Amino acid sequence: MAGSGHEVRKKWDPWNDPQEKPHVQLLSVSKRFGDFTAVDNIALDIYKGEFFSLLGPSGCGKTTLLRMLAGFEQPSQGQILLEGSDMAGVPPYRRPVNMMFQSYALFPHMSVESNIAFGLKQDKAPKGEIAQRVEEVLDLVQLSSFAKRKPHQLSGGQRQRVALARALVKKPKMLLLDEPLGALDKKLREQTQFELMNIQEQLGITFVIVTHDQEEAMTVSTRIAVMDHGRIVQVATPTEIYEYPNSRYVAGFIGDVNIIEGRVSEVGESHLNIVSEQSGCGIRARHAVDAPVGATVWIALRPEKLVISVDAPADTTTNCMAGEVWDIGYLGNLSIYHIKLDSGIMVTTAQTNRTRDVERPITWEDRVYLTWTPDAGIVLGQ
Amino acid sequence: MNKGLSWFTWSALIFGFSFLYLPIILLVLFSFNESKLVTVWGGFSTKWYAELFNNQGLLNAAWVTLKVAFVSSSVATLLGTISGVMLTRFSSFRGRTLFTGMIYAPLVMPEVITGLSLLLMFVAVSLDRGFLTVTIAHITFSMCYVAVVVQSRMATFDHSIEEAAMDLGCTPGKTFFAVTLPIILPAVVSGWLLSFTLSLDDLVIASFTTGPGATTLPMKIYSQVRLGVTPEINAVSTILVGLVATGVLIATIISRRNDAARLRDERLAAVDP
Repeated sequence: MAGSGHEVRKKWDPWNDPQEKPHVQLLSVSKRFGDFTAVDNIALDIYKGEFFSLLGPSGCGKTTLLRMLAGFEQPSQGQILLEGSDMAGVPPYRRPVNMMFQSYALFPHMSVESNIAFGLKQDKAPKGEIAQRVEEVLDLVQLSSFAKRKPHQLSGGQRQRVALARALVKKPKMLLLDEPLGALDKKLREQTQFELMNIQEQLGITFVIVTHDQEEAMTVSTRIAVMDHGRIVQVATPTEIYEYPNSRYVAGFIGDVNIIEGRVSEVGESHLNIVSEQSGCGIRARHAVDAPVGATVWIALRPEKLVISVDAPADTTTNCMAGEVWDIGYLGNLSIYHIKLDSGIMVTTAQTNRTRDVERPITWEDRVYLTWTPDAGIVLGQ
Repeated sequence: MNKGLSWFTWSALIFGFSFLYLPIILLVLFSFNESKLVTVWGGFSTKWYAELFNNQGLLNAAWVTLKVAFVSSSVATLLGTISGVMLTRFSSFRGRTLFTGMIYAPLVMPEVITGLSLLLMFVAVSLDRGFLTVTIAHITFSMCYVAVVVQSRMATFDHSIEEAAMDLGCTPGKTFFAVTLPIILPAVVSGWLLSFTLSLDDLVIASFTTGPGATTLPMKIYSQVRLGVTPEINAVSTILVGLVATGVLIATIISRRNDAARLRDERLAAVDP
């Protein structure tokens, strides 16, 4: 894995433990609809108790992958193993897996209580047990006083919690969530993200969530799989995905990034020297890709890792790009600067506004210098 | 807005409504006529209603009509619901458009042609004409109305509701009865009501396909009118008008109440945190 060499400390990382058996295993799974390949040869291990995100733009195959886990679609090729047993041909109603739908899919003709009890009734659980478990799960999602209401008598956030309760009440081995927070407004969504994390931690059920919202994925996940055109581009923890993206696609999809093109001029022990006409300077960067002298590489720079200054750095070996302030966005906590470099390309940088008054504020058309440490830039091959 | 109601609007209103309802009002009035002559007013009386209930022929016809309407609309609802659901379920197979189009075709087919073709078929399979044949004929033409109503309901049906039921452990067959049917039930019921009414109304197809002993009420009325309009016919028609009007009134009140309840619930939901 990309990040395994770096000193990322984690309390809990079963994916780095070779002894640990994966909870769900996808073995070269593909799904084709006619000529269209929705999911292309995916291999993936998900561990028990994980909060795993499938992240990607719409049409990248993430929902199809989730639907294959639920049993609504059968893989055209490959195998899905749940706790070691092959799920091929097992219909959705016989899988120990539940799903929370994007539209919530509540039964409009049933009360909240009956909606939640529906799954237990299918299993012919005794009445007393059904009542008890419905009550427990209603308590968990804080909807106890709404048990008798019909879905159309609830607000959007309450419906979302009913859907969650209904999917959780059967204590599935794995819970699949298809864009669970997509229909909520921003504030409620942020609050619900933390609620989801708490519930997941409390129950210890493996959660697999599909989302196109990178912030949501970063907040809730133990690991994220970034998908593109039916393939998985990178699987890693949120930190690793952000700090050590393995491709320009991942770097660009998660957060903002400036990508600078250059050529390797010297390969050192732990660092590379790169000549870049776009930046107008020589760049020193940590060795991360296997690139020989003369190879074209890209340096990904996160806006917040660039330091902006009106004075040129004293040390001429520092990584430094010079340009002119083109635009400023003041967000309160942050200021965003768009800098036009001498080579003509635009670079974005973000600075925290640490003090309330600045002696010499940076303004439009100032000549500024952007510096960064050799560790801050990510060298990417493709 | 009262200013807008000039003499012109008033007269337009009166003229329009008279055009629609004057014939029916006359019919109702003359059903209470003492005189046997339909067009001459001879004082108020309800004797034609009393006589009506002694007219065994008319009562028999009414009973036949109700039986035919009930059986045919129930069978048509069953078949129409199945085809309506299935045509939306099988999202794409070769010839789907053709099949959908063929469901609609009987809606625009001239009744005379439907009646004639059914008659030919019954003769070809040498089925004795009577209660059975007229019921089959009514099923044939009213089934497509049910299918259309159910299909349009299914078009806006969230398929993930069925998936959710299956995900929670419900087999596909059980899912239909536990989830799909209750949700589309209003459409199924209105399909049933529609085909019931259509069956009650029908004169043309019934006269082609019925036989001795299975004369429907519209046929009976029609044949009696040919011998001259009697106040008895006015009375039976007034009862029919009354029944239909009551039905429409009840349906309107129920749907108003539901709308009001829904609106109240939605306001309630919006207030909650």
